[in-house]
Parts: sequence; structure tokens; C-alpha cells
Amino acid sequence: MGILSQQEAKKIIDKVLSFSKADEMSVSLSGENVGNIRYARNAVSTSGDSRNVSLAVTAVFGKKTGTATINEFDEESIKKTVARAEELAKLAPENPEYVSMLGPQKYPETKSYADSTANIDPDKRAQIALDSIDLCRKKSVIAAGYLEDSAGFKAIGNSKGLFGYYKTTSVDYSITVRTEDAKGSGYVVRDFNDVSKLNSASLTQTALQKAMASTAAQAIEPGRYTVILEPTAAAELMRNMMSNMDARSADEGRSFLSKKGGGNRLGEKLFDERITIYSDPMDADIPGAPFVIGDNTVDGRAQEKVVWVEKGVVKNMFYSRFWAEKKGEKAIAAPSGFIFEGGAESIADLIKSTQKGILVTRFWYIRDVDRQTLLYTGLTRDGTFYIEDGKIKFPVKNFRFNESPIVMLNNIEAMGKPMRSGGNMIPPMKIRDFTFTSLSDAV
Amino acid sequence: MNRRDFIQQASIAAGAFIIPVVTPGGRSVASEALLEPGLDVMVKKRLADAGLNAATAKGASYADIRIGRYLNQFVITREDKVQSIVNTESYGVGVRVIVNGCWGFASLGEAKTENDVAKTAEIAVAIAKANSKLLAEPVQLAAQKGFGEVSYKTPIIKNLFEVPIKEKVDLLMAVNGAAQKNGADYVNSQLFMVNEQKYFASTDGSYIDQDIHRLWPTFTVTGIDKATGQFQTRNSLGTAKAMGYEYLESKPADRITGRKTTLFNSRYDMIDDATLAAVQVKEKIKAKSVEPGKYDLVLDPTHLRLTIHESVGHATELDRVLGYEANFAGTSFATMDKWKSKNFNYGSKIVNFFADKIQPGSMGAVGWDDEGVKSKKWDLIKDGILVNYQATRDQVHMIGETESHGCSYADSWNSVQFQRMPNVSLAPQKEKLSFEEMIKDVKKGIYIVGYGSFSIDQQRYNFQFGGQLFYEIKNGEIVGMLKDVAYQSNTQEFWNSCVKICDDSDFRVEGSFFDGKGQPSQSSCVSHGSSTSRFDGANVINTARKV
Repeated sequence: MGILSQQEAKKIIDKVLSFSKADEMSVSLSGENVGNIRYARNAVSTSGDSRNVSLAVTAVFGKKTGTATINEFDEESIKKTVARAEELAKLAPENPEYVSMLGPQKYPETKSYADSTANIDPDKRAQIALDSIDLCRKKSVIAAGYLEDSAGFKAIGNSKGLFGYYKTTSVDYSITVRTEDAKGSGYVVRDFNDVSKLNSASLTQTALQKAMASTAAQAIEPGRYTVILEPTAAAELMRNMMSNMDARSADEGRSFLSKKGGGNRLGEKLFDERITIYSDPMDADIPGAPFVIGDNTVDGRAQEKVVWVEKGVVKNMFYSRFWAEKKGEKAIAAPSGFIFEGGAESIADLIKSTQKGILVTRFWYIRDVDRQTLLYTGLTRDGTFYIEDGKIKFPVKNFRFNESPIVMLNNIEAMGKPMRSGGNMIPPMKIRDFTFTSLSDAV
Repeated sequence: MNRRDFIQQASIAAGAFIIPVVTPGGRSVASEALLEPGLDVMVKKRLADAGLNAATAKGASYADIRIGRYLNQFVITREDKVQSIVNTESYGVGVRVIVNGCWGFASLGEAKTENDVAKTAEIAVAIAKANSKLLAEPVQLAAQKGFGEVSYKTPIIKNLFEVPIKEKVDLLMAVNGAAQKNGADYVNSQLFMVNEQKYFASTDGSYIDQDIHRLWPTFTVTGIDKATGQFQTRNSLGTAKAMGYEYLESKPADRITGRKTTLFNSRYDMIDDATLAAVQVKEKIKAKSVEPGKYDLVLDPTHLRLTIHESVGHATELDRVLGYEANFAGTSFATMDKWKSKNFNYGSKIVNFFADKIQPGSMGAVGWDDEGVKSKKWDLIKDGILVNYQATRDQVHMIGETESHGCSYADSWNSVQFQRMPNVSLAPQKEKLSFEEMIKDVKKGIYIVGYGSFSIDQQRYNFQFGGQLFYEIKNGEIVGMLKDVAYQSNTQEFWNSCVKICDDSDFRVEGSFFDGKGQPSQSSCVSHGSSTSRFDGANVINTARKV
């Protein structure tokens, strides 16, 4: 069936709702076409293609809910699905945290769909891989990469008159280049909505340069160093921190945002005053979803611009509709991506102004060590370099780190121009006293 | 919808304290639908033949078909509330072919007719043909005899889906109640139950029908000290098993006692464990923060399983060694030259690792793998020396073998099968050795129970592990609880520092649903067996920070 238009989706949702006998009913209709190609050892290893459209119906009686799903859309199938959801709801235990559905909402018109991406075919995928592999074969280095593209739509509606629809596309591409002697490795990862912005040869070239430059790495003592984290390196730690901005966990006393003696730290200055973090579904670099996608039932809250941290002060936290109602707060949902404000400098500028430091391309295998302090551990990977007197001097062996993003955002020296990374906008960050605890022989 | 958005939103919505769930995948169904029989085996054979014939007619030199029906049930609770009960069913067909020496794969959901399967096979052939233009090394498939029509079923006593939901909810409510009664501030508990019904057929003449059952009961207990704002958690010491509901019906004989905390053998008492967890979480808040330095570590199987998984399991996967995972999970330090040398000291002389997919109750236990190879057992490390890898049919020729190890697995009908980890286990020491004897000459040590934070580099050299419970050992005695403990080591150094392993009376098999590998990422089930083991002179760090 592919990607349904707004009119087609609305017609199906209206039909579903017309059969409802429940107190409340919500409908979620979505479809996605996903394709991928994977390569290693300078050859394609696997590729695949999948298409799916599905309809989920949630019926509510009082505080009891039931959900049924289907991927056929004839009248008989729809009727059966509605009846099934209603039956399941009647059998379900009462959910004391159920909050009644939202009425009509005003959604922003986000621009996350590109025809170029929706039209990718297997030949295009093979070409993207080939452009990367060819370059590596010529330079006698070894490429391993992965491309995944998707195009989809999401439509929601409910018996209180709510309706929303949007289309979206996305592309994720990553490339690892290793030298034949296995002593050097370089990596680049990028994500886009519009595949025409992807140039696999140029990204492969960057990974290739990192691979060549990282051979013959020297061991230097672990300890506290000034680091320059490329956006790819900083992104996961920052995203992990932001995923802990939930108000309920904080109010319950089990979050870095919990206050000694009870309550949460909303309004407190926790970070350097240069730190401002916000989200905006209309942002041109990381266009977001216009509404919140619930899991079982349709959530339906509109996404809007929200400032989470302003000049180091915590301004907002995520509130589920239940928790917001209980606490008398606005029910602000988690966004699809965060924008970390930065500066105008390039990574090269940040290196130039560094006396002694370490340049980090990426981190790997990040896991939480202490949820109280958001201490994380992980390792550097695919290009780690020693900087002295404003210049990259030599590649260094990889380090294990143990560090908390809260500490990092208090030890900021400088930030450069933000770049899109994993659906977020992250600046390259220069951070002092970053804690490396041991060395790794891994390349 | 945008896949990445979904993953992010899902992880945010789940919050920090919900254990990640296997992506349920598939459509929601009523719980009684989980007991409905799938397609009759004769129908599956007819569908499979249609696909195999279509593939060979279009030029495939080899083809296999997996008709999969995957049933899941999740019961998720916190304190006195049921948060969610989810039943899902996912059915479809995956076809894999070799054309011109190149793999091709295609899948179709809800494929019910011979025409559906034949068409899917034709798409797989077309993809193989397109990819063969970029071919560098033609596939060399190890010969495999056909088994004809055969079947396998996980040996279970009580079918998970036959147990009424109410009984499961009552159990979790009793678990949560026991934790709260004993002082827990919060408790999240879950039951995950899975039934994989997989039918495999190949042009080698195999028609293999398998019915695999697995469960994972788990919880997290949280204790909070309001005055200091400190909190601590303790997770369940139960594990994931390929068993029926009988795993949750334990007798006193299934417990291991006398070691500061109760441990569980082949059966698990979730209520007892939660009761203890609530007490221990309070003790953890007040426990002494560890002094960093060198310690002798005594590691319980509930902990060691993850260290084994990361530093031995992944390092000996042949696809990593060869570079197929270079862009994601990484490669391996256990390179072919080390294996060929026949003298690479992976560990001390007492370290023996075996791989298998046959141990009863283990997550890896199946009759045949996902490319029709009979399950077996083989050595990876013998007397401390690296002697073999984990391989599939298209890999064994690279290590000079003619028969696959049977390590092929796909997590769904719509994902392509590839090399996945079998159970990888540390063999117990042959001579009698009890836990008490093991610790009696430890002067300065830490006894670690349960797995916590874990991280290892992309070639499996450097790792750091935490745990659930840490006990200080002084002069052969456990003297009290510690906190903020993690140890860092290097794989080869660590396994060479292994000085003692308890005998087989202490051998336990610990499992997981969440072994991740591949792009797109697939999740596989695996277990690791071991007895309590001792590692001398490990580097322990203190993980407490002021923020």
C-alpha cells in the first residue's frame, strides 16, 4: 500500500471511529518503506527491503483500555478490529493512571519529508556503496559501511475529534575504513532527511584520512585531559543526559534531577552558563515530528519549541499527561531531537587554540555506571589524536573514560558550530579535566 | 514513521528504570490467541516447497526458507499497579538464496499461499543477482546433509501461555508487595515470555519444525535515602531460561545459601529474591565506598556470565575476526594468526571454554540452527589455548573445517540469518572445590554477585564491569558490603589471572535475550555457564562522583 496521503488516511480513520461503541476510541495508522545495504571487506554483504502499513485501534471503557492491530483495511477487517479492541478493553484491568483523550490539537507543519529519499531504489543503494568501496579499493584500505533509508507516514485520530498526519523520510549512513595492516581505523556517521545531501565518497574520504592518520598510535598515560569532542563523540553522552529529564523519576527521588529532601531541581543552575538546550519541531536542520507518538494509546500532544536548559538553568522537564495532572504542571513531552547551542568555531579552530589536549572522533560502548551522578563509561574509537601547541602531533592509543555529562557541561572551555548527529544538533566541545581511566589496545 | 525518532521516543518514554524490552514486533493479540496452533506442518511443507522450487527455477544454486510464527507476552508492573500486558504475534516467511555465488534475501509478512512464498523467493533471487555485480568473494557453503522431516521442542513442563494472566499478575504483585513490605521505595517487575515456532526447509532436503520456549522474570528494587538524596538499586538474581513456567516454581533445594545472599539454581523464587533485594538495597546505601586498588575477585556465575559474554563470546565470533562487523560491533583481538599458532594463551591452564547449543534450559538450546545444522558442542579454549571459533556454513572453510558449527540465527522471519553466538561456557574445575575453600586464602578480595554496568572495546581487549552486590573479603572471611565498585582489565590478562574455579556442583547457566549484533541490529538469545571463579590482583576503581 505504500505511503497513504492525508485524505486516504483520514478516510480510514473516520471509518474506524464510525464503528466505535466505546467511551473513547483512538486510532493510529502508519506505514513505512525501509531499505538497507550493508558492506564489509570492500564488498556488499547483505541488503534488504521491507514495507509495512498497520492500523492500531484503542478502545476505552472508563479507565480500561484495549488495543488491537491489523494490516488489512477492508470494511469487514476494520469492523472486526474495532470489536476486538472493545472486547479486550472490557477484559483489561483498570489503569488508575489513565488520562482521558485530548480533543482537536493544532500541529505545526514540519518539513521532514524529501521525495529524493522516498524514491531510493536498490540501484541507488548499490551506487552509494560502490562510490565508497571503489575509493577504498583504489587506496588499498578496507571499507565496511551501512546505509538505511526509510520513508513513512503517521496518522492519528480519536473519537474526540483529534486528527493529525505527517510524512517523514530519513537516511542513516556510516562508514568505517581500516588499513590493511589493521593498525589504523577511521569512522564517519551522518543522518539526513534528504538523501541528496549524502555524498558517500566524500564521507569515506574523511574516514580514510582518519584511518591513515591513526596508524602507529602511541600510548600516553591515562588521566585528566582537555579533550575536543567531535559532535559524533559528544552526541551520545548528551542524548543520554537528556533522556534522564523525566519529572516523575526526579520527583520520586531517583534521578540526577532529584532534590535532597524531596522534589526536583527545576529552576536550579546545574551547568556552565554557556549551556542552552532547546527543541523545535520546525528547526530546518532537524525537523521533528509534529505530535507525540504514544505506545499503546495515541498520545496526540502537539510538539512545540521548548527550552530545556537556559544559560545553565534547568527550565523544563518531561511530564507525562498523568504526572502533569497530578503535579499541576504543563504536560510537556520529550521531543524527537535536541539542539545544543554552540559557537561559530570549526573543529580546526578549537584545535588551534589548544595547548595540550586529545581530539576524539567518537566514543564506543557507552554504559551508565551510576544513575545518581550520570557517570558513564566507554572508550574512544576510530581516530584519537594528541594535540600540542595548536596542532595534531600524533595518534594515540584508545582510552577508557569514566565521566559524567553533568561534570562535562561544567568544565566547558569552548564550543564550536553545531552539526547534526543522530537527529540532534551538537557542537564540537572543548572540555577540560575529562577523565580517562585506562588504555586499550583496540584499533 | 521515522525509525530513529521511534527508538528515541520509546527509550525516553520508557524512562531510566524500565529494563529494555525485546522489541515486541508483530501485532497485538488476545492472550488466548497465543495458544492457537499455527499452520499445520503439512501446509508449511507445501509453502516451503513452493518457495524452494521457485528459487531453483529462477537460477538459485541453494535456497532455504524459514516460516516463522513468533509469540510474545509481556507483563509489566510497578508497585501495586499493572502497567501493561502485551501479547503479540508475528508471522511471515523469509527466503534466502545463493545465485551466482552471492546471497540474496527477501521476506513477506502474513504469507499464507504458495504464490506468496514463490514470489518472495523470486525477489530474493533478483536481489542476489543485483548484488552479484559487486561480488568479491563467492559464497562457499559447507555441505550439509538433509534431515528429512524432523522436529524439536524445548523440554518444558508447564507451557508459559497456558498459565492464566491472573496467576502471573498475582505473582508480580506478590513480588512487589514483598519488596515494599521489606522497605523498598519502588519496585518494577516484569515477566517476558517468548515462543518461537520456526519451520526451516532447504534445497538440501531438510524440513525442520521447531517449537522454542523461553522466559525471563526480572525486577529492579529501588531504595532512597531522602535525607542524603542518595538512591540505590538491586536487580533480580534470576535469569532468562529456555524453560516453561516451572522455572518459577522452586523448592528449598534449588537455593544456594550460606554466601551472604541467596542464589538460585535451576529454579527461581522471585518473591524470596525480592524480599532480600529490599533489605540489601538499604544496606547498599549505607555500605562502605570501596578503596580503589588491587583485589582478588571472587565472581559468582550471575556476574561472570557477562564478562564471559563480552570477553570470550564476542571475541571468538568468526565474522568479527574476519571484519564483517567492522562498522558496528567491531573486530576481534583473537585473530587468525593467534589461532593458527596453537599457543596463544587466552587464559591460565585451568581455563577451558566450550561452545554449545544443547545445554538443557540454556537460551541457545535448539535442535537445529537457522540453516539446518544439527546442534552440537565444541571447544573454543582448551587448557588456556585458543583452539577454535564460532562459525556458520559459509565460514567454516576459512578455518579448515568441512562441517558448520551450527551458529546461524535470525531473530525474526523478516531478518536474514547470520553468525550468532552459541552458549559459551567456562568449564568447571575437575577437582572438588567449594566456595568456602575458594575464599579461605583470599587476603584482600571482593565477592561480586549479579551483573551491573558493562563496557568493552571494539576488539575486546579492555573492559569494565560493575555488579549488583559487592562483599569485602578480608583474610578468608566476608566482612561486609561495599559499594561504588567496578573492575577494569584486559581480556588476556584477566583470564590468565584465573587461579581457581569451583567444581561442577556450583555450575550454573545464566541467560539473556539481548545479545545485539548486525546492521540492521538483531537481538539473539544466549546463555553462559560457569562456576564461581577467582581472579587474583584485579584493578578495582571507585565509581562515586560529586556532581
